[in-house]
Amino acid sequence: MLKRLNINYKHLPILVTVGLFILMYIFGSMRYTGFMSSQVFLNLFINNAFLIILAVGMTFVILTGGIDLSVGSVIALTSMVAADLIMNAQLSPWLVIPISLLVGTTLGLINGCIIHFFNIQPFIVTLAGLFLARGLAYLINIESIAITDPFFDFMAKTRIPIGDSFISISVVIALVVVLIGVYLAHYTNFGRTVYAIGGSEQSAVLMGLPVGRTKILIYTFSGFCASLAGLVFTFYMLSGYALHANGMELDVIASVVIGGTLLTGGVGYVAGSVIGVLILGVIQTIIIFEGTLSSWWTKIAIGVLVLAFIVFQRILVVRSNVKKAAGANNVDIKESSPPLKTKSM
Amino acid sequence: MIKSRLFWPILVLVLILLLNLFFDPGFFSVEVRGGHLTGSLIDILNRGAPLILIAIGMTLVIATAGIDLSVGSVVAMAGAMAAFVVSKPGLSDDSLVPLFTALALAIGLSVVAGMWNGLLVSRIGVQPIVATLILMVAGRGIAQLITNGQILTIYYEPYSFVGGGYLLMLPFSIFIVAAVLALALFLTRKTSIGLFIESVGSNPEASRLTGLNSKNILLMVYIFSGFCAGIGGIILSSNVSAADGNNAGLWFELDAILAVVIGGTSLMGGKFHLMGTVIGALIIQSLTTTIYSIGIPPEVNLVVKAVVVLIVCLLQSPEFRKKVLGGLKSKANRDAKGVA
Repeated sequence: MLKRLNINYKHLPILVTVGLFILMYIFGSMRYTGFMSSQVFLNLFINNAFLIILAVGMTFVILTGGIDLSVGSVIALTSMVAADLIMNAQLSPWLVIPISLLVGTTLGLINGCIIHFFNIQPFIVTLAGLFLARGLAYLINIESIAITDPFFDFMAKTRIPIGDSFISISVVIALVVVLIGVYLAHYTNFGRTVYAIGGSEQSAVLMGLPVGRTKILIYTFSGFCASLAGLVFTFYMLSGYALHANGMELDVIASVVIGGTLLTGGVGYVAGSVIGVLILGVIQTIIIFEGTLSSWWTKIAIGVLVLAFIVFQRILVVRSNVKKAAGANNVDIKESSPPLKTKSM
Repeated sequence: MIKSRLFWPILVLVLILLLNLFFDPGFFSVEVRGGHLTGSLIDILNRGAPLILIAIGMTLVIATAGIDLSVGSVVAMAGAMAAFVVSKPGLSDDSLVPLFTALALAIGLSVVAGMWNGLLVSRIGVQPIVATLILMVAGRGIAQLITNGQILTIYYEPYSFVGGGYLLMLPFSIFIVAAVLALALFLTRKTSIGLFIESVGSNPEASRLTGLNSKNILLMVYIFSGFCAGIGGIILSSNVSAADGNNAGLWFELDAILAVVIGGTSLMGGKFHLMGTVIGALIIQSLTTTIYSIGIPPEVNLVVKAVVVLIVCLLQSPEFRKKVLGGLKSKANRDAKGVA
């Protein structure tokens, strides 16, 4: 399906995303004094570094037509493991960080294996992962654990100056992850296989691509990203708490969708998801600048945006299908009408 | 009897309840106290009422190979809407007008929410998981908008009757559940609607070609799910006499899906078992009650649920049965369910 679509169609969602981001930023700048400062712009990255990392991992999962609901809980579990090992077990940060990263990676690997080997829907498997990770986080400790470690302090408070403004180390980590994500998606066999699976898993299998291995790797990568995001979140909050990042999986999925990735898989860009995260950030910033708007407007605004993008994508898909069908002079019922039976539930 | 689909879920339920007897010999005793029946069993039924209702709606949605993630948010929205009406100061307990206004508005809102999901799925063709995700996120925002970010407390006596009152010595919520269950059973088993739902679930395109209006059946199923979630939300808010836009019905969508899956309805759609779902919901509720009464930290609940979801899904997966269970299928099945 992907191959026959023209380039215009492939690029349209991400162009809309970029345009929307610029428009919203201009709107904010015109409405509020001080919005158009480099620090406000960089704060978008500082406050959403963990979300950017999550979005990179999630983009790969969604590109294959899957979904990973466990990421928010993995953040909580990672922050809890890190805080517990640092504060209660008194381990060195150099030991704690690899262990924490292993937490999510292992869970992702298990998710991937169950999804691939037993052919169970990603939705329900990662849902179990969501329960499991948060439950384990609660088992470590119900209370929040504050972290007073010099290394974590350093990671949290170091400012890297850029001109008059600054960014945090977490932003650098996030940007490195984005670069790795872009490289993986567009310059490796792995990335091409991911897009192929999203286009049509069956075709990918018939082409002899390593579909099973790639699917497992994707969920492992998403788990790794979730753990890394968990560490960055821990730097940001300087505490471990089982309630951290409650419902964040929805924010991530929303950013990926707003970033122009099709939830049916096969179409989308890592960079688009980053802009999706920034759009969520701009909404929050606008609501903070507005002052009188309450926080729940963020949720409503995100819902409306996701809706707009999904409807927009549906129209694109239907249109391109109709065009194709007309071009081939062969109206295929299954493709020209919106499919009722959906691919991954 | 062993062949019955309900056999394993009921066995698990009975085992969980017997486990309680081991820790609390008086677990099964039902006493008449203050004119109504009290006891742990009645308590499980009463507290499980919202979950059973929502799971009934979810069963029909899942039977069409869909899913409704928004039920938790709809619970919060319905509770908030009802509380918004009846939490106004100075309401007289004698007048029933606020009660019926609240019920009508709350149920109306949840039906609209269900219709919204249904239209997105059936008319625009959005994947159910995504379509309902929108309301799952935005719904909590709307609920908080209605309550203005506060937890509304209800002092209006008639409203508390819905979730906390008694009729014929039994909690009133049990009657509501029974009524909705009877309605669902009647519609799906005594009319052809049940068959249509199963048909759309197994192949919407083929159903359309045979002359079924697949789109309207999908729409109806989501509306029913919204309706059930709305009533669940009313019972919940009435039971605690408060509406919390942020936390009411949190994780309900997951519990409801879990109940449906435990009850033997496959997530692939096409088949459904309403009674199985009811048992599934009761299993979840007794599990929660048991964990509290035995004195295990309640946090373990999530881990237990995760393990249960995985086991049930693995047992439903043909690949798992082929690869792992093989000839020992029936035995392993028994063991795994026993653990659950």
